[in-house]
Amino acid sequence: MTVTTISSASNRVPKVPLFVLAGAIAIGLVLMLPLDGYTVSIIMQAATYAIAVLGLTVVLGYAGQITLAQAAFFGLGAYSLALGTLDLGLSFWVALALAVVVSGAFGAILGLTSVRLGGHYLAMVTISFQQIVTLVLTNWISLTRGPDGIAGIGRPSILGRELTSNVDYLIFSIVVLTLVIISVWKLKSSRLGRRMEAMRDNEIAASVTGVNVYLTKVISFTICAVLGGLGGALFASGFSYISPDQFSFAESIVFLTMALLGGVHSVIGTALGTLLLVLLPEMLRFLRDIYLAVYGLAVILIMIFMPDGIWGFVTLLSDKLFHRIAARRASAPLKLAKNETPSSAPVLEVETLSKHFGGVKALDNMGMTVSANEIHALIGPNGSGKTTLVNVLTGLYKPTSGNIRFNGETITGMAPHALAARGLARTFQNIRLFRSMTCLENVILGAQRPGNDLTPDGGNAEARALAALAFVDLLDRADDLVGDLPYGHQRKVEIARALAASPRLLLLDEPAAGLNSTEKQQLVELLQRMKALGLTILVIEHDMPLVEQVADHITVLNFGERIANGTPAMVLRDQLVINAYLGETHVHAAT
Amino acid sequence: MDIILQLTFAGIGVGSIYALVALGLVLIYRATNVVNFAQGDFPMMGAFILVVCLLSAGLPYWLSILLSLAGMVVFGAAFNLGVYYPLRNRSYLPVLISTLGASILVQNIILAFYGPQPANLPALLPFRGFQIGSVFLDPQYIVIIGVSALLVVLQYLFFEKTLLGKKLQATSQDKEMAGLLGIPVKRMIMLTFVYSALLGGIAGILVAPIIYFSITMGNAIALKAFAATIIGGFGDIRGAIIGGIGLGLIETFGAAYISVPYKDGFAFVVLFAFLMLLPQGIFGEKIAEKA
Repeated sequence: MTVTTISSASNRVPKVPLFVLAGAIAIGLVLMLPLDGYTVSIIMQAATYAIAVLGLTVVLGYAGQITLAQAAFFGLGAYSLALGTLDLGLSFWVALALAVVVSGAFGAILGLTSVRLGGHYLAMVTISFQQIVTLVLTNWISLTRGPDGIAGIGRPSILGRELTSNVDYLIFSIVVLTLVIISVWKLKSSRLGRRMEAMRDNEIAASVTGVNVYLTKVISFTICAVLGGLGGALFASGFSYISPDQFSFAESIVFLTMALLGGVHSVIGTALGTLLLVLLPEMLRFLRDIYLAVYGLAVILIMIFMPDGIWGFVTLLSDKLFHRIAARRASAPLKLAKNETPSSAPVLEVETLSKHFGGVKALDNMGMTVSANEIHALIGPNGSGKTTLVNVLTGLYKPTSGNIRFNGETITGMAPHALAARGLARTFQNIRLFRSMTCLENVILGAQRPGNDLTPDGGNAEARALAALAFVDLLDRADDLVGDLPYGHQRKVEIARALAASPRLLLLDEPAAGLNSTEKQQLVELLQRMKALGLTILVIEHDMPLVEQVADHITVLNFGERIANGTPAMVLRDQLVINAYLGETHVHAAT
Repeated sequence: MDIILQLTFAGIGVGSIYALVALGLVLIYRATNVVNFAQGDFPMMGAFILVVCLLSAGLPYWLSILLSLAGMVVFGAAFNLGVYYPLRNRSYLPVLISTLGASILVQNIILAFYGPQPANLPALLPFRGFQIGSVFLDPQYIVIIGVSALLVVLQYLFFEKTLLGKKLQATSQDKEMAGLLGIPVKRMIMLTFVYSALLGGIAGILVAPIIYFSITMGNAIALKAFAATIIGGFGDIRGAIIGGIGLGLIETFGAAYISVPYKDGFAFVVLFAFLMLLPQGIFGEKIAEKA
């Protein structure tokens, strides 16, 4: 999905006081307007639903994972509270905690399955979970009382006042909802929220910039389930009666539609969508029987005409009307982590490394050493195993055998995010940026890598990201969406993202691919400036003139084996290398 | 032993229905990369037209079936134009939601104009079934298994032996390249939706005499067809057939020997197990993203 609602949190109005104000106004209205009992219960339903739908904002909007089981978590929360208070004799608050824990635990389990599956598979897993929960709620009569449901669920008391009146309970729900809205909104601009968004846009790029994709998925599913459970528990207590059909697959779709209708990327959109869909049946009452048909039609039309929901549509309009440009200034020049390794000591040592795909030996018994503060070029004809080597080095592939040491530590077979945490940064041959984010947001993600000693708490990550953008001469495009930039600039953003992470070793996978000659010359200059900062660089490249200009050391691969190694002058005169590039027959014919 | 034969027979019958719907699901998925969450409404729609023609209009059975099949052709085409086509250049999620919306729309239009009452259709064959030894064979199951087997053979011949079939295969494997070869991709996708709707409609016509017709009859069928495709290996035609029949058997035996109320849950438990242990299914595609 294209995203238009994401913008850097820092250059907008602080929203937390606004949310508190909105909550206070809502409570004021509830107290002052002469609402009839029916309206109060409708709004109560909207408030408790909205809490659950905000869970979808996290998992679908932020993390980009689909779930069609939110009604199941809503139900788990509702039944936990009902059975906890009625059958186990727990107090409301203890039962509420139980509801949150139970749904959160199931959410974590569901999240664990998403570790291996995405897209349609994940959709199917969540549907299965939803169906099984419905079946258990209906059929395990000794525990859940079966299809008849549970009546007489109690209300809490606060400061000695029992919330028996619906208006009191509605105010309580609005307070909880406001707190949830603020938390979910804060989550978005937090380190965790940025990681979720990075994962949503591109999992592989996220993992090499230090995001533990698996953990992030499990956490987002758990948060989603916890909010589902919380909303369900408040719903059960508010309406005092629950039954299995309130938590069916159809309800899960309603929850999903609420999130998508309002705009799944923003908390305001989510709240808006929920309110609208709860009120819509009341407003469309005159349509009677065809109300649901109209509703189905509306879902299709919204998907076609408002891909980011109503709120996305509104922000898109307002962005067009008030085109805001924030001037950016880098406060300090880019600094890299101090390299403790003395110059010319080995940073990366590869020994007898092999990677076989079935019978194909993409890498065979390969060895190389990259020393500190050098630009080391890895060259070789097409299919010689260069990209395989980079993917093995950065943990995307597990080697068949062999050993890799990074600053003296054995890193063979480590996960990408763990390697990123140790200071290994890379760029990709086919650019992998988070396309829905601005340049700055992309680079901030790099700066926030775990173990980046220059940003211990992520606090000055933004300053660091600006410095990195300034270094590649893209400061003036900091607030532009990456997708809007020309190709050559996107490459530079990718390099800035890697630089912001303050890497110990930077791997550039064919950085010159697709660049014109001016851009190539800029790249040469950029590489030299990076080296001057004290960086160690391993560059994989086809472009011989470029390699000759920048490389201190060249390793040549052919058919997965190292065939030459040394200074450019030595290597480029090597007969084996000439053969590999020009073909042996050609050489024979020439001699 | 007799009871086992009897259950196997019924299981294959039910499984054939899942397999037919699963086939339609896979064909659409291969052509468009989209999972159609309204796939269950194809059999529902087929059965519904049959109910209207046969019971409300009092037409003969064979004419009702023909009208139902014709209706499915129109429905499949309309579904493509209204639900998939406007969103064809977007990611899978908006299309998925759009098909969910279509499902709600179709079911509730029928609800509004026809009402919620379920309908009971007479069996296709007018006799009471066979007795082989002590095993009783319901004629409707014989029809289901026979028609399904025939369809699978015809489909195989169509895809493997005709030029049109090859064009459809080419479209599902590489749309851009197919377009460059002059294959009308849009028309091929349209054909896929129409054929998929027909398959679903036939499944609905076949199964309606066994289960009552209702507007939600397709939901459970579609979910199990989807489960069947994953068990068999997502996107694979053999997988859809074997997965469907396998699920029918599991469900029938599960209901007989384990529990009737949880009958609809077995499919999902098996699915869970497959997703955890063998996520690519029996004939599966690789599901990891390439680096």
